[in-house]
Amino acid sequence: MADVLKKVPVSEQDPKVRATNFDEVCLGYTKEEAMEEASRCIHCKNAKCVEGCPVNIDIPSFIAEVKEGNMEEAYKVISLSSALPAICGRVCPQESQCEGRCIRGIKGEPVSIGKLERFVADWARENGIKPEAPAEKNGHKVAVIGSGPSGLTCAGDLAKMGYDVTIFEALHKAGGVLVYGIPEFRLPKDEVVAKEVENVKSLGVKIETNVVVGKSVTIDDLLQEEGFEAVFIGSGAGLPMFMGIPGEQAKGVFSANEYLTRNNLMKAFRDDYDTPIVHGKKVAVVGGGNVAMDAARTALRLGAEVHIVYRRSEAELPARAEEVHHAKEEGIIFDLLTNPKEILVDENGFVKGMTCIKMELGEPDASGRRRPVEIPGSEFDLELDTVIMSLGTSPNPLIASTTYGLDTNKRKCIIAEESTGATSKEGVYAGGDAVTGAATVILAMGAGKTAAKGIDEYIKSKN
Amino acid sequence: MYKILEAKTLAGNIYEMVVEAPRVAKRCLPGQFIIVKLDEEAERVPLTICDYDREKGTITIVFQPIGASTHRYVGLKAGDSFMDFVGPLGKPSDLCTDPLEEVKKKKILFVAGGVGTAPVYPQVKWLHEHGIEADVIIGAKTKDLVILEEEMKKVAANVYVTTDDGSYGRSGMVTKVIDDLIDSEGKEYDHCVAIGPMIMMKFCCLTTKKHNLHTIVSMNPIMVDGTGMCGACRLMVGDEVKFACVDGPEFDGHLVDFDAAMKRATMYKTEEGRALLKEQEGETHHGGCGHCGGDE
Repeated sequence: MADVLKKVPVSEQDPKVRATNFDEVCLGYTKEEAMEEASRCIHCKNAKCVEGCPVNIDIPSFIAEVKEGNMEEAYKVISLSSALPAICGRVCPQESQCEGRCIRGIKGEPVSIGKLERFVADWARENGIKPEAPAEKNGHKVAVIGSGPSGLTCAGDLAKMGYDVTIFEALHKAGGVLVYGIPEFRLPKDEVVAKEVENVKSLGVKIETNVVVGKSVTIDDLLQEEGFEAVFIGSGAGLPMFMGIPGEQAKGVFSANEYLTRNNLMKAFRDDYDTPIVHGKKVAVVGGGNVAMDAARTALRLGAEVHIVYRRSEAELPARAEEVHHAKEEGIIFDLLTNPKEILVDENGFVKGMTCIKMELGEPDASGRRRPVEIPGSEFDLELDTVIMSLGTSPNPLIASTTYGLDTNKRKCIIAEESTGATSKEGVYAGGDAVTGAATVILAMGAGKTAAKGIDEYIKSKN
Repeated sequence: MYKILEAKTLAGNIYEMVVEAPRVAKRCLPGQFIIVKLDEEAERVPLTICDYDREKGTITIVFQPIGASTHRYVGLKAGDSFMDFVGPLGKPSDLCTDPLEEVKKKKILFVAGGVGTAPVYPQVKWLHEHGIEADVIIGAKTKDLVILEEEMKKVAANVYVTTDDGSYGRSGMVTKVIDDLIDSEGKEYDHCVAIGPMIMMKFCCLTTKKHNLHTIVSMNPIMVDGTGMCGACRLMVGDEVKFACVDGPEFDGHLVDFDAAMKRATMYKTEEGRALLKEQEGETHHGGCGHCGGDE
């Protein structure tokens, strides 16, 4: 009998092997492993894990079905709350959500809820089980802007309630950050993302790609000319931020968004695709979030020696612990308490290095974290050919600047009520990164779900 | 899918296509651009809008094959389709959005270089339709590469064609024509729009600065998504980082750092860029460098 205090281990690709390919790192549970892990759940009456889930999946109930081997029933339980379980099982920060609240975690490891969710979703997909379309449509039209996590969730929930939903996507492929941002090795595009998008479509949701709302059509057009009664804005985060240090215009300096988009959306890592990407030999990724880890591990797979350059210490890394662990296993070098001062450029305009300075942690700042301060005289040069800036994003201006009466805050994020998603403009709701600034997939899904309820109440109140 | 209704060669290796894209045609204005993607494997290629027909729902694009994907456009004919075609992107020309009374007061000179003649055309046409006649300089390397001359004459006050080799029209660079018009032919302008290769726009701006002539340029840096997400198209304008896809593509030419922009544009294009890619990618280099044309 396995140690009940520990999670049933999940198999992963060997770090040395996976550092050279884009296949998924985590291989997932087998049915037997899933059933064994499920048996560790003690089915708390007042389950804390459910409170920890932004979309409130009935976790004890689905795990109870897994324990008995009733995978289809388990999938139905999850589907009541989540439209994207195969994605959430892979990319949610479970350690700070459901698993972070698990009673098992007090004395040992929590139940591996994320890996169980993933197993159930993958099992359903492999066995051709899809969510069911609603029997009747209610005849009301809703437009959803953006096909990322918040948009797909909002659209899926509204479709289940009987609404006629159209998603408008600016890019040529549906999925938003799930397609352009998160790499293949964490979230397979064809097998997982495309299939979950198909599931949302099978609920009756229409997706129109190549429509940039704010440019191809405005929100006012959608409401006044195209017959939509409400609009949900899930347009995601926007323009990448740069440091403003000398040399940032050099060839070989990329935003993480550009680097990841070239590789993930445009598939530059594959020979049969036209879009180029620079295969650096020595790459520095500046920043410590999940996006920084994704960019670093992508550069590693394209053949580079990769450094993460982060100004605070390991404890402050905003990335998920699992991502940091995987990055280290694969051989990413962490230059912590280090901050770039200048990017060094050769005579042809290409990056040749970066001057950095060592930092130490001083007094806590307004955020409560200890403020990193420079150690005088500790400058040193890193020899590099590529620098990837992963410093976060500022909101995309296209929608706010073209929609009359839509209020934004001082960070240019759209202002939306937390309990309903309602914005300052009647009939217009918003959620996800467009409202919060860059955050997580599951928080965006939670906001999409809240807004779906808000839109349903709004349309019902009008009719 | 976005159907190609017409496809023809304008001159040399400059091609024109009329594409069915009703959403774009309904809202676009001169100065804006579209992004086109031929098929699953192709790049997203930004192209300035060269004409549009709101009733027919069509957009006219003009291109020169430079990268792996645009090389593959050359064989396309009427009846074929692009998989993706998105727009209108970027901001329209100020001339089409500023109060008409203000624009009517301006004495406007357009300077079009090579394939840049195509995006100049809809601006001149729009002004003509609103009762404003502008002068246009069209510059090309040689006679055979002059495009849209007849079309331009129908909508412009005066068209001055110049060729680098003197084989047609005036002889010499567009900058010489600017000088000649202002210095010796008694022309007065207070607004200039220069569109063409970056090197040509740079020298136009140096020339117009001398004449204290406010000049707008249309920048065409490397782009990926074109919707304000990836940051590839960043430029230094004045002391600020600007993104051509959402802040532009038109900027005050006297503030643009052309040297930095030209260097960045060579990332996948120049000898050293290509050499770097070959060295770094080895056998995996698969086109898109803007030069090698993929497997050619």
